[in-house]
Amino acid sequence: MTDLLRLATAGSVDDGKSTLVGRLLYDTKSVLADQMEAVERATHGGGDPDLSLLVDGLRSEREQGITIDVAYRYFATPRRSFVLADTPGHVQYTRNTVTGASTAQLAVLLVDARHGVVEQTRRHTAVMALLRVPRLVLAVNKIDLIDYDEATYLTIAKEFHEVAESLGYADDALVAIPVSARVGDNVVLPSERTPWYDGPTLLAHLEDVPVDGPDAEAPFRFPVQTVIRPRTADHPDYRGYAGLVGAGTARVGDPVVVLPDGQRTTIVGIDRFEGPQEVATAGESVVLRLADDLGVARGAVIAAAEDAPEPVTEFEATLAWLHEKPLVPGRRLLVKHGTHTVQAMITEVRDRLDVQTLERAPDPDGLEINDIGHVAITVAEPLPLDDYERVAATGAFLVIDPQAGDTLAAGMRM
Amino acid sequence: MSAVSVDFQTSSVSDATSLTPPHDQLDALESEAIHVMREVAGEFDRPVILFSGGKDSMLLVHLARKAFWPAPVPFPVLHVDTGHNFDEVIAFRDAVVERYGLTLEVASVQDYIDDGRLSERADGTRNPLQTTPLLDAIAEHRHDAVFGGGRRDEERARAKERIFSLRTAFGAWEPSRQRPELWNLYNGRHKPGEHVRVFPLSNWTELDVWRYIAREGIELPSIYYAHTRDVFARDGMWLTSGAWGGARDGEEVVTKTVRYRTVGDGSCTGAVESDATSLDEVLAEVRGSRLTERGATRADDRLSEAAMEDRKKEGYF
Repeated sequence: MTDLLRLATAGSVDDGKSTLVGRLLYDTKSVLADQMEAVERATHGGGDPDLSLLVDGLRSEREQGITIDVAYRYFATPRRSFVLADTPGHVQYTRNTVTGASTAQLAVLLVDARHGVVEQTRRHTAVMALLRVPRLVLAVNKIDLIDYDEATYLTIAKEFHEVAESLGYADDALVAIPVSARVGDNVVLPSERTPWYDGPTLLAHLEDVPVDGPDAEAPFRFPVQTVIRPRTADHPDYRGYAGLVGAGTARVGDPVVVLPDGQRTTIVGIDRFEGPQEVATAGESVVLRLADDLGVARGAVIAAAEDAPEPVTEFEATLAWLHEKPLVPGRRLLVKHGTHTVQAMITEVRDRLDVQTLERAPDPDGLEINDIGHVAITVAEPLPLDDYERVAATGAFLVIDPQAGDTLAAGMRM
Repeated sequence: MSAVSVDFQTSSVSDATSLTPPHDQLDALESEAIHVMREVAGEFDRPVILFSGGKDSMLLVHLARKAFWPAPVPFPVLHVDTGHNFDEVIAFRDAVVERYGLTLEVASVQDYIDDGRLSERADGTRNPLQTTPLLDAIAEHRHDAVFGGGRRDEERARAKERIFSLRTAFGAWEPSRQRPELWNLYNGRHKPGEHVRVFPLSNWTELDVWRYIAREGIELPSIYYAHTRDVFARDGMWLTSGAWGGARDGEEVVTKTVRYRTVGDGSCTGAVESDATSLDEVLAEVRGSRLTERGATRADDRLSEAAMEDRKKEGYF
């Protein structure tokens, strides 16, 4: 059995991130001959193929030599499959880092060994910490350009640990690996040129690291997506609630509460196409049957009866503002939480995080694209919001423009 | 052409019930795809599944059956028919539609050529002609969500595709207007006339698809398995003759044992030499392949380096 690890990459411009991702794909033999031929044709001036060309997507990007959005890459080893969200590293693109981080179980941050931990490394680490990405890897790239100098690597690794630990990471969630994406040192194959380094290669670490999935130990949370009522001859009275278990574990017989209304009932069945089952855990798409017909509809959250969030109409949250249109307090907006979209208003912007200094500036006028800030929100209907740090699946929400329909911000109750 | 028999083996969902956490990658991908389909059912009025009878669209139908069981699939299926079909595939398509009680909509490229709304290309390839009938069918049936089997591993322009991909009233994909997708909270809001293309298989690879087909016992058209066929070489691919024409002067017709890795317009879908007659043999072949399925078998994607990017902007998938 192989499992799946979702990871994100982030780095500054010219840290060699495209080359690193290309190297991972190339050395895991995830690049097929026709893709490689295209790269060889496109490599300027002959010589070794430019692996960064493997991951440059759109023609408009190639012409301008930039990466403009998150791209997803796939590679696999006999032990594990990987979905990699490749996020660009421009100064302004907090938006893409947030997007990539929102689904990542691990993030690979890049630094150039010649420059070490820079402002952007701090910002990326802060975003990963904010989104609660469970594990971080620092790839100390271009180690060949500092003559494989151990002391420089140790200095960078120490500074990275200090930054990440100050943002809440435990020591065992962090690894710094000296690599050269261009040459291939310690990416997939161990390097003989770093005899002082006895840790894993990047790929070996990605294969070995525990997968932190949606938390099966968290309290049960189940946003209802749709009601299954076949009304067919075989199933005249069947009524089930379809959804993806966002957090926790449910067993047949468990007491639950239907939110936001708060009625209590019991799970009497957990169904899948293959048949009934006794248990459903975080990450599984199932259908629940309940003991009582409570008129449950899309938008409800079925939660563990003994540990359920209190539905609220006013709450505070951290927003990552993703849209060119700035936040103006008082405007009518929409919030999508789980499977429920409600009218909302951001009543106050309490502070804005300066991503250069990581200091919080109080009472800003609003938020602009790539800003992160703490706000007060009022919603028209009560939402069963969890604290994001405790239950991410029901602590997260989107802020949506009701007219244009665009996603304006990523929200986390905290 | 003789009738093509479709042999439905007893549908068995093999071994999938022996699920034990932690889930393997196929369970994770399946749950994600089912979640996406249920979101569409919850948020859109008139969704439709693009269905050619090929393996990716067959996978969509299978996942839709699972997502809404024990209720029937709540979406119709739409086939954009280029008129250059493999008979085995059309017979298979019709058998699947009947078996699962689906509603089939057909948008016919041939009708557009017959009445002059489209004209045949000089190279005879019809895949690029599908866009107009597709967009007209979406408008006619007022579909607001259209499921496609596209995967991000297929091609570079698709690596940047969203799971919910907003399209203009002209079907166009505008890279700069695509919304960031956070967590598993999909934003399907669109204006009247716009629609959303939805790709539940975004995170699957070709190998995942074949492993899942094997695990689930999903039936496929017979041309995915090795068979003998008269073929001729063009552009480094083995093409076969049909209603779309055949070998030109200087192109020698030979009999080969081949199979198809993708199913598309007959004029531009190439076969690969293969002895793989079973799912296990196909799996072994996919594992060992040195070419992407599109690179190996789709002449239309070779038109230029950015062929897919351009066609997506025009409203193709």
